Amino acid sequence: MTNKSFDTRLVQLGNNSDLKTGAVNPPIYLSTAYKHDGLGQSTGYDYSRTKNPTRSILEEGIANLEGGDQGYACSSGMAAIQLVLSLFRSGDALIGPEDIYGGTYRLLDYYADVYGITTSYSDFTDVHETEKLITAKTKALFIETPTNPLMQETDIAQYAELAKKYDLLLIVDNTFYTPYFQRPIELGADIVLHSATKYIGGHNDVLAGLVVAQGEELCAKLGSNHNAIGAVLSPFDSWLIVRGLKTLHLRMKQHDANAKIIVDFLENEPLVKDVLYPGKGGMLSFRLQESEWVGQFLENLQLITFAESLGGVESFITYPATQTHADIPLEERLRRGVCNSLLRFSVGVEDTDDLIADLKQVFASLKSEVPQL
Amino acid sequence: MSSREERLETTIIHASTRGDFEQKTGAVNVPIYLSSTFHQSSFDTFGPYDYSRSGNPTREALEKTIAALEGGARGLAFASGIAAISSAFMLLSADDHIVITEDVYGGTFRFVTEVLTKFRIDHTFVDLGDLEAVKQAIQPNTKLIYIETPSNPRLGITDIEAVVNIAKAHNCLTFLDNTFMSPLYQRPLDLGVDIVLHSATKFLSGHSDIIAGLAVTKDEALGNRLAFIQNSFGAILGAQDSYALIQGIKTLGARFTQSTASAAKIATYLDKHALVEEVFYPGLASHPGHAIHAKQSTSAGAVLSFRLPSRETAKAFVENVKIPVFAVSLGGVESILSYPAQMSHAAMPKAEREKRGITDGLLRFSVGLEHVDDLIADFDQALQVAEKLATAKSPL
Repeated sequence: MTNKSFDTRLVQLGNNSDLKTGAVNPPIYLSTAYKHDGLGQSTGYDYSRTKNPTRSILEEGIANLEGGDQGYACSSGMAAIQLVLSLFRSGDALIGPEDIYGGTYRLLDYYADVYGITTSYSDFTDVHETEKLITAKTKALFIETPTNPLMQETDIAQYAELAKKYDLLLIVDNTFYTPYFQRPIELGADIVLHSATKYIGGHNDVLAGLVVAQGEELCAKLGSNHNAIGAVLSPFDSWLIVRGLKTLHLRMKQHDANAKIIVDFLENEPLVKDVLYPGKGGMLSFRLQESEWVGQFLENLQLITFAESLGGVESFITYPATQTHADIPLEERLRRGVCNSLLRFSVGVEDTDDLIADLKQVFASLKSEVPQL
Repeated sequence: MSSREERLETTIIHASTRGDFEQKTGAVNVPIYLSSTFHQSSFDTFGPYDYSRSGNPTREALEKTIAALEGGARGLAFASGIAAISSAFMLLSADDHIVITEDVYGGTFRFVTEVLTKFRIDHTFVDLGDLEAVKQAIQPNTKLIYIETPSNPRLGITDIEAVVNIAKAHNCLTFLDNTFMSPLYQRPLDLGVDIVLHSATKFLSGHSDIIAGLAVTKDEALGNRLAFIQNSFGAILGAQDSYALIQGIKTLGARFTQSTASAAKIATYLDKHALVEEVFYPGLASHPGHAIHAKQSTSAGAVLSFRLPSRETAKAFVENVKIPVFAVSLGGVESILSYPAQMSHAAMPKAEREKRGITDGLLRFSVGLEHVDDLIADFDQALQVAEKLATAKSPL
C-alpha cells in the first residue's frame, strides 16, 4: 500500500482487511476476549486492551500514513500524550514549546511536581537558543507545529538534527496539520502525536488520540506501555476514526481554502488588530483591537459555534484565555502572547460566503454599540 | 452433549458464535459488519455476501440464532416487528383470504385492514378459541390462519395444534406471533406452525433500546420464499441493531425467568384486590385458557392485563404508580404499564376495540426486573387512591 498515493491510502483504509467475507468496511469487534485453539496457541488476539482487530486497522493505517513503524490508538489526545510521557523516568527533562496546548501544559506541570520529570520551555524559533537549554538530563524535544494558538511553524528538520546531536527523542504534535500537510517522521522525528478528535476524526463526534513511532526499541516500549496503562481506544471509536480518515484529504483541502479566504477578510477588517496564520491548514487566530469586545463578539455569532475543540466540519471559535489555556497562569499566558483579545478560529467546511456574512454581522454589531467607532 | 438435547438457556448464550465466519480472530462476540458491499473474488461465482441488504454477516449470526432457538429451518431479521409481520403477509397474493385472531395487536390489525385490503387480500376476524367458528370462517381462497397466543392485550389462548390441524386440512399456512412467550416458553414450529414471528423489540432484546422483528420458517422452501421477500422489500435489520439483539438474547433466560416469577405474584395479588374487576393472566387457574396454555407452553410469561371499573379509576391508578414506566411497548428490564385503548390498540376503531374487551378500564402490565415486593407495594398505594375515587363517586 505504501506505493499508493496518500489520498488513495486514506480512502482504502480497512478495505481488503476481511478476506473471509470480503467486507469493504472493516467490522467492529466488540469482543473483549478471543478463543484460543489450544494451549500456547493464539490467533494474535487475546484480550482487547492488548489488541483488537478494529483498532489494529486504525493503528496500522495511521502508522502507514505518517510513515512510521507502529501506531497506537488511545482514548483521547491527552491519553496519547500520557503514553508518550510514560517513556521517561524521574530526573529526566524535556524541552517543550512556550506556546503549548493548555492541557499538555497542565500534564507536564503535574509530571514535574509529582514524578520529577521536568520541562523547560523554548519558542523553537532559534535552534541555538534551544540548544542552550539542553542539559545532561534532557531526553526529548516536544514540539507542536504550528503552535496553539499562536500558529508559529517550527522547522522540524532543523530540530531533528539537534535531537540527533544530543541523542534526544524528537516528539511532534501533528494535530493541526495532520499527515496530509506534514509528516514529521519523514523529517526526522521519532514520535508523532495526534489529538485525533480534531481533523483526523473531523466530525466533532469522537474523542481519540494517536501515537506513531519509528524504531523497533521505541515501538516495543510504547506498545508495552499502551497495554500496561490501558487508555486504549474503543473498537467503535476506532471504526469512527477510520471512517473519518477516508475523507481527510477532501476536508483538509477545503479547510485550507476556506481559511485563506477568512484570513483575507479578517486582515481587511479594521476592528481586527492582527491575524495569525501559518500559511496552510484550517486554523487561524486573530486579535480584536480591544479585549472588552470579546464577550459581545462571541455572543453575537450565529452560524459559527463558540466552543472548545477544533478540526471538525463545523466552524468553531474558541477563546483561549478562558478555554484551552485557562490552566496556564495569567502572567505566563500573557507573556506567551495569549492575551485577552485573542480568538482562535477553526475554519469549517461551510460555504465561506456564509461564514463571512456571520463575521460581518458580528463586526457590524460591535461597531453599532461602540460609539467611538 | 450428545446424550440429550441442549437446553435452550445454553443455546441462547452460544448460538450466535457457532457460525464458522469468525475463526480468524477467535472473538467471543460476533463482530459488527457495517459494510454495505463485499469483494467478489470470482467473475461469475459470488461469495456468501455481496450486498448487505441481501446478506450481512452480523445479521446472519442473529438469524441463525433465532432459527436455532425456534427450531426452524430459516431465521430472518427485519427492521421492526411489523416489518417482519408485513413481510410474511407478502407471501400471499391478490384474492387470497386470511383468517385472523380477533384479539390481534393493533399494528397488525391496521396492516391487515388498511394495507392488505389494497392488494385485494381479504380477511375475517375470528375468536380462535372457538374452533367451530374457525372452520366456518375458512373460504375456498383462505391461505393463512394467523395466530397470536397469548393474545394482546387480553392474553387469550389459542389451541395451537387444533388450529394447525384445521389449517392443514384446508391447505392453509399458519403464522404465529410468539412475542409474548419467546422460544424459551413456547415453540410453535414444533406444534406444526409454518412461520413464527416476533417483535424482538420486546423480551428477546429486553432492554427497551432497539426496534427489531424476527421471522422463523419451519421449512427451507418457505424460508427461501420469505428471504426473497426480505431482500426484495428490503425491510432488513441493520448490523448494529442485529448485534444489540444478539447480546440482548443472551440474557433472555435470566430475565424472563425472573420477570415471569414476579408476574405470577402480581397476578395473584391483583386477582384478590377488591377494585380489580378481572385479571387476564394464563398462569391463573381461573383463566379460561389456562389448561390449553399449560399444554403448549412451559410458562405463563411476564405480561398480564387487568380491568379497573372505569377510565377514571384507570387514570387515577396510572397517575399514582411510581415505579413502572407508563408507555407503549413491553418486555424491557423496566416494568411498563400501558393503556391499550389509547396505545397499542389506538389504531383500532372504538367499536371494534370494545367488542374485543379492550374497554376504558383495561390496563396492560409488562413485568420488569424490579423487586416484586416494590412493584406490589407501589400497586397497592396506587390502587388505594383509585379505590377512594371509585367509592367517592359511587352513589350512596
